Formats: sequence, structure tokens, C-alpha cells
Amino acid sequence: MHTAADTHDEGKGQYFWVWGALLLLTAVEVVLAYRQVFQPVQMLEALMILSIIKSALIIGWFMHLKYEIAAMKWVMMVAVSICLCLMCVFFADAFRIIHLGVK
Amino acid sequence: MADIAVQHGMAGAYEPSLFGTYSKKIGMWLFLLSDTLTFGALLFAYSYGRISNPDWPTPFHKESIVNATIMTGCLLSSSLTMVLGVLAARRGDRAWTRNWVLFTMLFGSAFVVLHGMEWSKLIEEGMTPFKNPWAANVPQFGGTFFTLTGMHMLHVTIGVIYLGVIALRKAFLPILLAIWAIVFFATPADNVFHTGVHVLLVGLVVAAVILFLKPKDYDAHDVEISGLYWHFVDLVWMFIFPLVYLMSTRVQG
Repeated sequence: MHTAADTHDEGKGQYFWVWGALLLLTAVEVVLAYRQVFQPVQMLEALMILSIIKSALIIGWFMHLKYEIAAMKWVMMVAVSICLCLMCVFFADAFRIIHLGVK
Repeated sequence: MADIAVQHGMAGAYEPSLFGTYSKKIGMWLFLLSDTLTFGALLFAYSYGRISNPDWPTPFHKESIVNATIMTGCLLSSSLTMVLGVLAARRGDRAWTRNWVLFTMLFGSAFVVLHGMEWSKLIEEGMTPFKNPWAANVPQFGGTFFTLTGMHMLHVTIGVIYLGVIALRKAFLPILLAIWAIVFFATPADNVFHTGVHVLLVGLVVAAVILFLKPKDYDAHDVEISGLYWHFVDLVWMFIFPLVYLMSTRVQG
């Protein structure tokens, strides 16, 4: 079956650029963490933002989702994003514990 | 089954795919979405513990961070070789498809070996799933660390076996058996690899059942969906590495 992802430009160069960007972002993460630039909660936020950017590069280019049709992109990404966001509800309790203690 | 559907006038059975692609790929995406939720739950549990415990241990000094960074480099490079393998498969270049997939397996194996060595070091320092030598009041560190990283290492190992089946088919089975035997008999009984290598034995049985019951010549689509799985294990590590290692660095001491 000829699919949407099969028809895109097959240039290898873009994958080397994505690989280089991923390595660079990893290096930034290591420097941020090793120099302890932020407090733990801000550090967690900064590292997660960088990780989400890295994920977008991997999903978009390496997993070829960028080249799939819009229905595939939206159904897959919206579904998993909503489920993961729902899990964030527990963080309120984690912050409560660290600020108020276990009561 | 398809003929019966036509006889009963179920024309909709042959409608084009909603997602504009073949069913195996959609199946793999759906599996990966469900696996995302598994890892999501583990990552959120770890983050919850990390945020709510000011005494969370920070055992990863420079050597561990360098090791984990090299592991990250291995996985990122394996994703590059995998995508090059997928491109070669689409071109119909069987030799380079196999070569790139074998490179991917090599990087994946390096990751597992480095990670196993890291586990060995932590276990030698006294870390178990129930206690750790750095923070006695945070016993959940070991449990969450080993569960999260162990689950990921299991996925990487399964990925290497999956790629081996795609690249070498039945020729991979004796290689897998030889690797299992060498590691099992060459490592002491208390070594991480001595126990962990049994995953290869289970993988060998599953791969043999698949290869003998449904032998086939894997095509470009099979390479592509194996690539989706491989990129997913790389993707998960992009969250484990900062969350587990970089958030627990020991700058001094």
C-alpha cells in the first residue's frame, strides 16, 4: 500500500540535522543539571521542556509522523497528550507534601 | 472472512483507512500509545516522589552522568541508523537495510551493557529496590529507579531481538542462543547480567515460535514498524535520562 509517509522527500540530510539537534539538546540538559542552574522544581520544568522538544523531533522526523495525514497526527497526539496531562493531577499532592508535610 | 463480508453486502469493509496508511503501522502506533501510558505512569510516580521528598538521594556523580550521557548518545545514534535502514528498505536496498539495522542493534546492545554496568555499580554500593545507602528515609528511590529503568532496559532488549528477527530471520536464533550461553556461563551468579540474560532466552523461544509458525520475508513495511518501536524506546529514554539521572546529580563529593 502506498501511504502518505512514503511519498515525502527522502533526503537523508534532514535526519542528520535532527540527530545533531538531539545531541545538542542533550548536551544543554547535562550542562544545566551539572551546573545546578535552577532549583529542583524549576530544573524539572526546564528539563521536561527540553525533553518535549526532543520528543517532537523524534516523533516528527524519525517516526515520520510529520509526513502522515492530519487525522493520524491529531488522533494519536491529542489522545496521548490528554491522558498524560490527566496524570498531572497528582502533582498538586506532591507540592502539598513538600510545603505542608505529611498530615 | 473478507469474502463473507462482500456476500453480505458490507461494502464498508473495504473503505480506505481513516489514517491513510496500512493496518500494521496503525496497530504499532496504538500499541506505542498504550505503552506511553505505562511509562507515563512510571515517570509520573517517580516525579511525584522526587518533588515531594526534599531528601531525595543524589547518587549520580560525574562518572555516572558521563556513562548515562554516552548511553543517550548510543540511543540517539541508533535512531539515526534505524531511520537510514527504513530509507534503504524503501529503496529496496536489502543489503544496506540489513547493515543499518545491525548497526542499530549494536548501539542498542551497547546501551544495555552500559546500563547493566551502572546497575551493578549501584547494587555494589548497597542499593536495592527497598533501600539505598544515601537516604534511609527515602526507601522508594531504589524501587522506582529499578522499576523505571528496568522496564526501559527490557524494552530495549526486546527491541534488539525484534530487529534481529527482522534483519536476520532464522539465522538470528543460533546467535541469540550463543550470546545467552556465553553471558550466562561467563558471569558470576551474583552478576546483573547473569540473571538479566534470561530475557534473551525467553526472546529466543518467542522469536522461534514466530519464525517457524509464520515464516516470511520481512518487507519495507515490517522494517518501518520495527523502526517505530525502536524510536519509541529512544523517546522514552529522553524523559528517563533527565528525570532520573540529571535530577539526581551529585556535584560535590
